[in-house]
Order: sequence, then structure tokens, then C-alpha cells
Amino acid sequence: MSATSTSPSAPPATQGERGFTGTVWLVALREITTRLRSKAFLWTSGLLVAVAAAGVVVPNLIGGDPDPVKVAVVGQSPVELAALEDGQGHAYFDVEGDPVDRSAAEEMLREEEVDGALVFGEDGSVTVVGLREPPDRAVEAFSTVPAVEVIDPSARDPQVLYFVSMAFGLLFFLVAMTFGTQIAQSVVEEKQTRIVEILLATVSARALLAGKILGNCLLAIGQVVAISVAALVGLAVTGQQIGLSDLGAPILWFVAFFIVGFAMVAALFAAFASLISRAEDIGSATTPVTTLVMIPYMLSFVIAGNETWTRILAWVPFSSPTTMPTHVYAGEAHWWEPIGALLVLAATTVVIVLVGERIYRNSLLRIGAKVPLREALKRARD
Amino acid sequence: MLQLEGVSKRFDQRVVLDDIGFTIAQGRMTGFVGGNGAGKTTTMRIILGVLEADAGSVTLHGRQLTAADRRRFGYMPEERGLYPKMRVREQLVYLARLHGWDAPAAHTNATELIERLGLGERADDAVETLSLGNQQRAQIAAALVHRPEVLVLDEPFSGLDPMAVETVQAVLHEYAAGGVPVLFSSHQLDIVERLCDDLVVIAGGRIRAAGPREELRAQHTAPVWELVVDDPSWVKDWLGDTGSVVAADGPAVQVEAPDDVRRRLLTEAATRGSVHAWRQVRPTLAEIFREVVR
Repeated sequence: MSATSTSPSAPPATQGERGFTGTVWLVALREITTRLRSKAFLWTSGLLVAVAAAGVVVPNLIGGDPDPVKVAVVGQSPVELAALEDGQGHAYFDVEGDPVDRSAAEEMLREEEVDGALVFGEDGSVTVVGLREPPDRAVEAFSTVPAVEVIDPSARDPQVLYFVSMAFGLLFFLVAMTFGTQIAQSVVEEKQTRIVEILLATVSARALLAGKILGNCLLAIGQVVAISVAALVGLAVTGQQIGLSDLGAPILWFVAFFIVGFAMVAALFAAFASLISRAEDIGSATTPVTTLVMIPYMLSFVIAGNETWTRILAWVPFSSPTTMPTHVYAGEAHWWEPIGALLVLAATTVVIVLVGERIYRNSLLRIGAKVPLREALKRARD
Repeated sequence: MLQLEGVSKRFDQRVVLDDIGFTIAQGRMTGFVGGNGAGKTTTMRIILGVLEADAGSVTLHGRQLTAADRRRFGYMPEERGLYPKMRVREQLVYLARLHGWDAPAAHTNATELIERLGLGERADDAVETLSLGNQQRAQIAAALVHRPEVLVLDEPFSGLDPMAVETVQAVLHEYAAGGVPVLFSSHQLDIVERLCDDLVVIAGGRIRAAGPREELRAQHTAPVWELVVDDPSWVKDWLGDTGSVVAADGPAVQVEAPDDVRRRLLTEAATRGSVHAWRQVRPTLAEIFREVVR
């Protein structure tokens, strides 16, 4: 009963003024702890990290080291076949049993006990025999490789470039969608449960929105880092050829663009979600935002390798977070391009956050039917 | 003292509040009554700064309200809501901290209030797992956890079981006794009647009556007295045209007559037999309400 003994009107000694930043941080922390406590969130995050690791490791295991070809031998080989290795130290041949005669070798081929036969002539000639098509690996073993020179060793392998651009695109798309939807849910939850009125009687709509964006941004960055680490560990374990040093700068740019770009996407998600009052409507209400996020993702496939289009999209605010890092990786970006594009993106983000905040503030207390976007913007004037 | 002056608000073309003004005095419970759509919720939202008035002012101790002042207000909106998946105590601590309390003090406040409102056993359960009555208690705790200096409660008693009504009444009385101005609205006029010191009646966006409850009651009390005897059938004839019988119900008659006539009537009744009751008829709040909003 100590509550009764304390006079409620006594000036509370411990109640201070919590500034804007303090409030934002409190809201952000609540977003984070709530998310981290959700089993669904933990599962999907774990799954994403696993998929990222698997995406790097599995193709390597499947396409991985070339297997030695199983051959039958006719005649006497002048060299020790089992000891023949390619440049990477992988054996060419797996010799099946002792030398046999030609008809026995052909029989083994037909029975598919072996993948090829090597026929050595008395004159030192060698014939590679296959069933329907030549066994490439065996042909390779006896071929001479010409001397090779590369005059632009730093130019990117188009396939690797495609992979990198796809990875950036997918990462931004997935993470922006995941956490954008989280923000939308969080906004609608507060409206649907009506707690928003208590919150607005305590803190400003701006602090509330900023806290939500900050909290989800931190979670999103955490997830990007987790996924990147999983992918990089995967790369290291399987010894892939995309060096870290090549990707270092593009990844840093990606993170910079991601933070700013995500704030923009998050503000949009919050604004569009604030127009509705029921969780069921989130999907349809946020369609405009999801489309804006999806288009650049789709485009990143279409324009991969097209330098002009890449350069253009690297500057457009919605596609720059994924395209500019690729552009940098391709080695085609001038040093000032990522900086300029980042400034353009930041300016756009500021405008969108301000407009988003208006929509958010004007719609929060309008519970019931969906608030028409035009009204949410118009009411901002008074 | 919280004072509203000339407050008006319109939504599109519809006037919701039309030049309203009243005061909520220090240490007094002010009941706020009015029908649905009369403007109660809008008024409260304007006091809390959740809505902005088109005109007029809200002042505390004569000063224009600031956001910092409002942070020391306790508010319970008509539309109830807490985070369904957050635990009760955790949620209260969060709200207290939003109001500016540091974490340990917020924790102490929350725990005290939880005990006081009888939620002790459910303190660490998610709100959504609580019964409706307990959710209401949690809601009231949410309005009080930062030890507000002004309390504004929209329908604090709706949905409460009689036990909880008692508890909440007691808590609100404590706050008022501690000098906090308390404004609360309710459709349950009997509770308002019992609880409030002052009364504000709103209808159609205008204040129809405001002031101390007893004053309002006196204003609306006609000189009608009720006499209860074994057989009151003689009263009407006895009065003749010196007074009139307003209502008769079995052994009880209600009589409207000047002072001296009433005095003689009582003497007459006493000589004719035993007098079971003799009292002035005081209108109930519901009757006053009906009269002022008419």
C-alpha cells in the first residue's frame, strides 16, 4: 500500500525531461526487444542466414572439384595414368582393373562400367573411346593447353558480376521487405489496439516514427551483417574465387546506401500502413511501396551487364542502393559517383521521411475506414 | 487548476465543439457527462494535445499548456489499448519511461500500482492473456504509472466489475485528495453522482451546465417534499388550492407548496397518525441531466 502513502501530487524527483533523442531511443529499443522475442522473427532470420550460407556453399559442392573419369585401358600406357593430375592437382583418371583387349573395353563401355576407354597403340599413339560422346575429361588429359595471356585482368567476369548484382539486389529486397513489413505491422498494431492515443498523448508522432525507423533499421543492419558473415564464411570455407578485397569497397557502399535507402523505404511503409486500421489490410495498403522496392530488384536482372543502364539506375534513388555497389564492383564508377548518388538518395530520403511523417501524423487517430491518401496529405496544412 | 476557454473544433464542416469553457479545480473530481457524440472525447483529446483546437485555449495555473506539461498528465482514452503481447509490468515501465521517469523509478511505480490494483499475480503475463476486467485495470495503471499531476479519464469505469469500480474509485479519490485535478467522463450517471465534486454537462458541442454538484442540484431542485404516511388520500383535499400534489405512489405523496403550508401539512399528518418520512425531493443526476440537455 505504499502507493497510498506517497502523495501522488508530490513533485516526482526522478521524472526528468526526456529529450527527443531519448524518446526515439526508447521507442527503438521496444521495437527491437519485441522483434527479438518473436519466434517467427527468429525463425525467418535463422532461415535467411542458412539460405545465404547454403547459397554459397551448395553450388560449390555440386559444381565443385572435377571427378576423375573411370576408364578401361587397352595396351600399355607409357605413363602412370593414375598419377596424371591437372593444374589444380585433381586426378584425371580412375583406372578400372588391368589392361584388357579392345572388344572387352568396348563391352565395358556399353555396360557403362566405365565412362571411357584409352587405346594405346604400339606406335605410341593414343585413342580416347567414348560410348555416345567423347569423355571430355579424358580428352582434356591428352590435350595441350596453349599459352594464355590476359590483357585486362581487373575486368570482371560477367558471370561473377551478375552474381554480385543479384546478391545485392536480393539482399536489399529481402531485408527491406522483411523489416518494411515489420514497421507496417507495428504501426497498424498500435492503431488497431488503440494504444496510439496514449502514445500520442505522451510523445510526438515524429519521435514515435523515428524510433520505429531506427529500431527496425538496426535490426535490418544486424540481419544484413549476419547474412554477409554467413556468405563470407561460406566463401572462405569453400575457397571460392571472389576475393574479399575485391568486394570490400562495394560492400561498404552497399551498407551506406542500405542505411539511407532503408530509412526511406521504412518511412513509406509506416506512412502507408498508418492509413489503415486492420492488420488484414497491410498487404493491399503497402502495395505501392512493395512495387517501388520490387521494380529495381527486377531491373537488376534485366540490366545486368548493360553499362549505360547500370549507370542510370545507379543514380535513381530507389535502385541506387543495389545498383551503385554493383557499378562500383564492376570498376566502372568514377570515384565521385557513389558519393553523388548517396547525396541524391539522402535528399530524397529526407523529403520522403517528412512527407511520410505528415501522412503518419494525420492518419494515426483516424480509426476505421482507410484514410484516403489525398486527405492525409491535405490535412497536414493546418 | 486546468482551464478551458473558448475552445472550438470542427471536422470538415461539422462543428464538434462550439466555444466551450470550464475549469477543473485542484483536488476535485470533475464529472464530465454528455450523450454519445456530444463532444466529450474531442474535448479530452484537445486537453491532452492529441488534437489541436481551432480556437480557444487550455491553460494550467494560468499558463498555456506545453508538451512538457502534458507529459505529466495521465490519460485514459475511451478506445482502450495496450500492446497485447507485452507483459503488464514491462508495458507500464515503458510508458512511465516515455513520460520521463528513469528505469528504476518507473519499475517501482509500476510494481506499486500493480499491487494496488490487484494485478500482482499477472504482472509478468502478456496483456492479451488477461481477462477483460484485468485488462481494464492494467489500462488504468497505464494512466497512473507516471504519477500524473492532472488526470483525464474517458469512461474509466466502463467494463469494470463492481469490485474493480470500488478499487478505481478509491484510487481516484486518493489522487484528488493529493491535489490532482481529475476529469472523468461516464455514462453511468449513478457513479458520477456518487463520485464527483464538480459537474460539467455537455450536449451538442456546448456546455449546458458546469459547477459544483450540490450547487447544480440546488438550482434544479423544486420546492417539492415527499410525505410518507399510512394513508395519504386526504392530502389533496386538505391542500385545496394552497398547493398541489405532484405525484402519488401508495403511501407516498409528493407535494409542492409554500413553506408555511408545508409546515402545517406536517403537523396535520402527525395528528392523523404516524409519519414514516418527510423529506425534500432532490433530483437525481439523471433527472438534472435530462433537464439541462433538453
